[in-house]
Amino acid sequence: METSALKAKAAQIRMDLLTMIHGAKTGHTGGSLSNTDILTALYYRVMKIDPARPKWEERDRFMASKGHSVESLWCILADRGFIPKEELKTFSQFGTRLIGHPNNKVPGIEMNTGALGHGLAISVGMALAAKRDNKSYRVFCLMGDGEQAEGSVWEAAMAGAHYKLDNLVGIIDRNRLQISGSTEDVMGLEPLEEKWAAFGWNVVSIDGNDMDALVNAFEAVPTVPGKPTLVMANTVKGKGVSFAENVPHWHHHVPNDEQLQHALAELSAELERYQQEGQVR
Amino acid sequence: MANSIPNRQVICDTLLELAKEDRDIMVLASDSRGSAAMATFANAYPDQFVEVGIAEQNIVGISAGLAHSGKKPFVTSPACFLSMRSIEQIKVDVAYSATNVKLVGISGGVSYGALGMSHHSVQDIAVARAIPGLAVILPADRHETKKMTEALVEHEGGVYIRIGRNPVEDSYESEDYEFVIGKAVTMREGSDLTIIAAGETVRVALDAEAALKEVGVSCRVLNMHTIKPLDEEAILKAAEETGHIITVEEHSIHGGLGAAVAEVVVQHKPVPMRILGIPDEPAIAGKTSEVFEHYGISAANIRNIALDLIGR
Ligand SMILES: Cc1ncc(C[n+]2csc(CCOP(=O)(O)OP(=O)(O)O)c2C)c(N)n1
Repeated sequence: METSALKAKAAQIRMDLLTMIHGAKTGHTGGSLSNTDILTALYYRVMKIDPARPKWEERDRFMASKGHSVESLWCILADRGFIPKEELKTFSQFGTRLIGHPNNKVPGIEMNTGALGHGLAISVGMALAAKRDNKSYRVFCLMGDGEQAEGSVWEAAMAGAHYKLDNLVGIIDRNRLQISGSTEDVMGLEPLEEKWAAFGWNVVSIDGNDMDALVNAFEAVPTVPGKPTLVMANTVKGKGVSFAENVPHWHHHVPNDEQLQHALAELSAELERYQQEGQVR
Repeated sequence: MANSIPNRQVICDTLLELAKEDRDIMVLASDSRGSAAMATFANAYPDQFVEVGIAEQNIVGISAGLAHSGKKPFVTSPACFLSMRSIEQIKVDVAYSATNVKLVGISGGVSYGALGMSHHSVQDIAVARAIPGLAVILPADRHETKKMTEALVEHEGGVYIRIGRNPVEDSYESEDYEFVIGKAVTMREGSDLTIIAAGETVRVALDAEAALKEVGVSCRVLNMHTIKPLDEEAILKAAEETGHIITVEEHSIHGGLGAAVAEVVVQHKPVPMRILGIPDEPAIAGKTSEVFEHYGISAANIRNIALDLIGR
């Protein structure tokens, strides 16, 4: 997909996830909106995947280490045909498989997550297996910035560099907010890029809501032979919905009817703009 | 009996009150001050509050160091992560080193609903109970939560406490009863059988007792708020006097309240027993009430099991 089409797709996914959260009356809104562009770039352009063969051996792997942002993922898996679109209506309802975190009973999900600080170690294992088996697939692991406070992240970071996993891409959704407020107030992370570099990773810093930047960064992998890559994706929590942007409260907040209408109007205007941009090209 | 105050709010309010006099009380949170309802404490006593970020191993280690230095730390963190993620710190830094740390697991059991197994804590009692020297407490309602919090400030030693997320209906009419760590409360007297419950299932047990009374069955209800140290005396008395026991818990049927009671019963006074809880599977997605209903943790089902157990 061209980047203008990807941008339109991201707007549509944001509309889908807001509608889903509104219907279910529960969901992690802010972090799902911030990482929608990252997931859209991966699932519609960068990753080698086949919805008809979710377990295809050569597929690129995606690990949602920040599992609470599963809403964008459910909507993308439905849109790409891994699961029926209708099923989104069961999100978080009694007996559903579309729970509030990734669940590997759902095609397209590699592993169950939800407890933060697990994803990168699992990704190191997957990337190491690819190396040992001479496979060419890559592993993309999306983490939160608040999540960086878990020590297990850094244990895995050490291992990723030690085993020279240049097929491994760590992505940090650097939206600068967690539940209790700003990451720098809750548990300061800066200088975060320098920390990852000191752990032996090749660090690429981009605007994580800029589709061209995301595609360029991901498509360049392996960027430096023998080194894992860390994409510092500087994003906005609540991205695309003006009243939710950068507001901590929206981490886990559900839009009411009026807010939903307002958000959908904003996003559909965006969608149209990108569709026109696509036609002009 | 309808109640809108969640137990986590009660813990915060009680600690707020006690911290006025006791400057050694400290509250720690792991990006969880909102979920623990501790934001007001953090604002009122910034010097008695520590934020560690999303780091459950760290929160236990830091609190052990604080306790070693004479503080009375209350760690507040989601029960699922606090009980499992940091279990080695709990074993070594809290229990083995005998530090005075109160570990308050919030949103425990299945109260995180559709967030799934990663967020449920239905193995926590089994794990905590296996650690020597660690007390384990589940308060039944807001009245008991208040009395428990007051008792915890006085109590010296490591304790794991588990509470749920949402308000629970009252089991007690008031705070006018005796709460002693390690002593079960007889909520209803009875002679045909005993239901033993803890935490939010006490309310279910009381409802089952009412249903049994209607059909002429005399049912004792024990609130085993302290699962460790266990009130063996009350259990043996129940076995002796009522001859049948049913346990009800918001926990895996493996290693929890039922197992603890069975260990006592089978070794000292074997009587017919049934253990009700979450089966050995990731719990189904849903609200607490839906999950309870699905697994038969309900007054109607307990009534039927009781009738079957006593042969009626
Ligand atoms: C081990 C663990 N501790 C706590 C939580 C509860 N929790 C869920 S989301 C979240 C905040 C995450 O913040 P961040 O990583 O910055 O993600 P984002 O802002 O992108 O949503 C917390 C503390 C958890 N899921 N796992």
